[in-house]
Amino acid sequence: MNNKQEKVVTKRDKYENIKQSWYKFSLNKMSVVGLVVVCLVAILGVFEPIIAPFPTHVGAYVNFKEASIPPNTTYWMGTDVFGRDIMSRIFYAFRGALTMGIGVLVVVVPLGGILGLIAGYWKGNWISTLIMRVTDVFLALPPLILALAVSAILRPTLLNSMMAICVSWWPWYTRLIYGMTTTLRNELYVKSAELLGASKGHILFREILPNCLGPLFTKMTLDMGWVILTGASLSFVGLGEQPPIPSLGTMVSDGAKFLPAQWWIAIFPALAIMVIVLGFNLMGDGIKDMLSSEE
Amino acid sequence: MNKTILEVKGLKKYFPISKGAQKGMFVKAIDGIDFTTKEGETLGLVGESGSGKSTTAYNVIGMYGATAGKITFKGEDISQISSKRPLNFKKDIQMVFQDPGTTLNPQRSVRQILTLPLSIHGMLDKNDPEGQLIQLLEAVELSAEYLYKYPSSLGGGERQMLAVARALSTNPSMIVLDEPTSSLDVSVQAKIINMLLRLQQQHNLSYLFITHDLSLMRNLATKVAIMYLGKIAEIAPVETFFTAPRHPYTQMLLSAIPVISEEEEIFKQAKITPKGEIPSPVNVPKGCGFNTRCPFAKEECFIDDPLMQEIEPEHFVRCHLI
Amino acid sequence: MKDKIVDIRDLHVWYRTFAGQVKVLNGVNLNVIRGEKVGIVGETGCGKTTTVKSILKILAKQASIPKGEIFFNGTDVLKKNKNELKQLHGSGASMIFQDPTMSLNPVFTIGSQMFAVIKYSGQPGAEKKSVQQALAIKALKETSMPDPERILQSYPFQLSGGMRQRISIAMSLATPRDLVIADEPTTNLDVTIQDQVLKMLKQRVEDKGSSLILITHSLGVARETTDRIYVMYAGSMVETAFTNELFKKQLHPYTQALMDCIPRLSGGGVSEGIPGRIPNYLNPSAGCRFAPRCPKAFERCQTEKPEYVDVGTEHQVACFLYS
Repeated sequence: MNNKQEKVVTKRDKYENIKQSWYKFSLNKMSVVGLVVVCLVAILGVFEPIIAPFPTHVGAYVNFKEASIPPNTTYWMGTDVFGRDIMSRIFYAFRGALTMGIGVLVVVVPLGGILGLIAGYWKGNWISTLIMRVTDVFLALPPLILALAVSAILRPTLLNSMMAICVSWWPWYTRLIYGMTTTLRNELYVKSAELLGASKGHILFREILPNCLGPLFTKMTLDMGWVILTGASLSFVGLGEQPPIPSLGTMVSDGAKFLPAQWWIAIFPALAIMVIVLGFNLMGDGIKDMLSSEE
Repeated sequence: MNKTILEVKGLKKYFPISKGAQKGMFVKAIDGIDFTTKEGETLGLVGESGSGKSTTAYNVIGMYGATAGKITFKGEDISQISSKRPLNFKKDIQMVFQDPGTTLNPQRSVRQILTLPLSIHGMLDKNDPEGQLIQLLEAVELSAEYLYKYPSSLGGGERQMLAVARALSTNPSMIVLDEPTSSLDVSVQAKIINMLLRLQQQHNLSYLFITHDLSLMRNLATKVAIMYLGKIAEIAPVETFFTAPRHPYTQMLLSAIPVISEEEEIFKQAKITPKGEIPSPVNVPKGCGFNTRCPFAKEECFIDDPLMQEIEPEHFVRCHLI
Repeated sequence: MKDKIVDIRDLHVWYRTFAGQVKVLNGVNLNVIRGEKVGIVGETGCGKTTTVKSILKILAKQASIPKGEIFFNGTDVLKKNKNELKQLHGSGASMIFQDPTMSLNPVFTIGSQMFAVIKYSGQPGAEKKSVQQALAIKALKETSMPDPERILQSYPFQLSGGMRQRISIAMSLATPRDLVIADEPTTNLDVTIQDQVLKMLKQRVEDKGSSLILITHSLGVARETTDRIYVMYAGSMVETAFTNELFKKQLHPYTQALMDCIPRLSGGGVSEGIPGRIPNYLNPSAGCRFAPRCPKAFERCQTEKPEYVDVGTEHQVACFLYS
């Protein structure tokens, strides 16, 4: 019948929605800056072999003749004690950083989210209390300390440091979703669905969860920066990717010994960390505006 | 002769207060009410804050379970909460809520919203699901293009019409409507009420209609019950209710309505000026709940709670003055 | 020459959104004579609140006024800046909102809020606590609030909706005002409380010799409380007349349709409603904005905008049927 017409209507609506979302996002200029920074980091990380001036320097490369050179026209950010180009290594390290961020979130968001939904919807029930008490326990421990403890037990690799961060990160999502679910479960449309006889699975995932996405995505964006920072902190103390793979935290810790004389070895990686975190934070502001429903 | 479809007897709903200074006490939202509704009829429930009219609706639909008393629908006991009721009752009584803003999930499309009740009760037409939904939309005078819209792009009136479509989707025998048009403009309200009346005719629907708007009730209900502080003060067929009400609260409410023509002024009865505040349902006055505001209260009214008396066929009043 | 406390002439207000300019007000003409009680009646989205917010210049920052003049007490409000408007806000006009939670701060006692209002009113002696206290209690007593001293020490959440609204009214009349603007003050209240509040508002305004602009979507409320009514549709006034006159004779098709839609206490069934929706303000037509829904529209209505036509004493209609 009118299928084609309706599909056209849907596409048009979706396009309008995207335009409107972008408008809201771009109202704050700093958010756009954040977005640009994040995209740049991603591009530099992914296309590192093509873009970096010295792609071989990320591996086991040694050239003592070119060691500890301050920033010049060949080596924009200078070289480290092994003669490796710092800039190329930073670009490569972006990969590890982004992998860390995405990897952690991919685990903690579904895990924390589902626990939060269950605890929130059945608040008052023993299962909800159990989940929230366990969450409270994990929340009481500072994330970095917990990650350190877990990391120290396991062998230091990227994967293990990611797992360590996951252990300390999931409760935040449980608490976030729990808070929203306890409010949303009283909304009339949820009550309606219950009265109609909808299954609990439908109510949790189709009625409640879609309304949690706003604050959820905002938090995820901000968390990318914080997870990366935590990961860098872990590798700073040696619990992360091992040399010769470049990792921002390791680069800072190795270079710290040479401050203030060969300042570039530590400062540039540190700046890189700062830029990533700042980029995600600024973007997070924009996402919050974009998802807020103010007409 | 239409038969009774809904019967409420001695219904009570108390909510315990769990915190604060009044811990241990109860909010007596409904404190013993009785009424019946026949097939194809509209029973109107009227009242102000704290009267218990919404709570009554929620009890009938199953959002709350009764504290005491019995609700019978088509001969079956439905006093318990919805989750304990058999599935087929959930499709036979449906509800339309007051607030168009939150009655539809903003994250789901119209299509998804209307499909839900059909798929739960296995009533979805597998061969032509869209066609089925479009027919539903047409029943509430909305065009097919609404199918892919989201509630945020719809006005209040349209959302309420969708809520009615959702309620109709499972071919219920009864629809409970809790102030469905109170937040809407008068022109939109007229459209929706018209539609409800037409649908009632077509499908022989019974309505339990709650509103504070007596002018609307006059043109909609078959029988009207007025509630005050959890009890029914008066219940009568619509003509009698408006031409010869006997309870002082009914008269007070009628006289407070702002009307727009001289002819209506007559129905505002002996001008009983509203005075006083409505007491809280936690602290119901001893004796008749209305004694703090009634201009005719006598000694008896402060001691004994009056009983419902049938002063003429189908006309019940709860008042010592009768 | 009548003393007009408010005189709005051909007011246009636009709001900037991502989709373009939303042309909310399309040439509003309204005036209030000193001591008069004027009602603005219209449905959701017609621009009633925008109109009165323009008088006080409290529109959102995306709003702009491309055309029109607003005179308050003879002063051209649109030409004044924030400082010059302080007097206007302090003692010239006050506003009562539909939802008293908007005008009552939940973390301060009623007393502290009322004292603040009195203090900034510019009244002589208003800086003294004792004067503020005395005026506040007097205002509450005048609105028949029981136990004013206890109310001053209470927080808004401890009081019922009806009481909060009466306090809002007391606050706006605590010090002499030339103009009180009440935006749907009783919409959220129970009918019996609404009756009391409206009567009280009317009485207080008359006693103080203030003028009143009452916004409502209920013609019944307007009938009982005002001297003169403006009927508004989609950004401009379509009809205005003395209250008694308007209820005897409605000329604009919209006014007639609106009256028709209201269920009568005397019975008589329910009307069909008004077909169609309110127009899109992004690209409004150049003609009469009611034309698409008007049962009596003809060609001229689609292309030209009707101007006000005098049809009686203070009775004007913006419709080509009468010109």
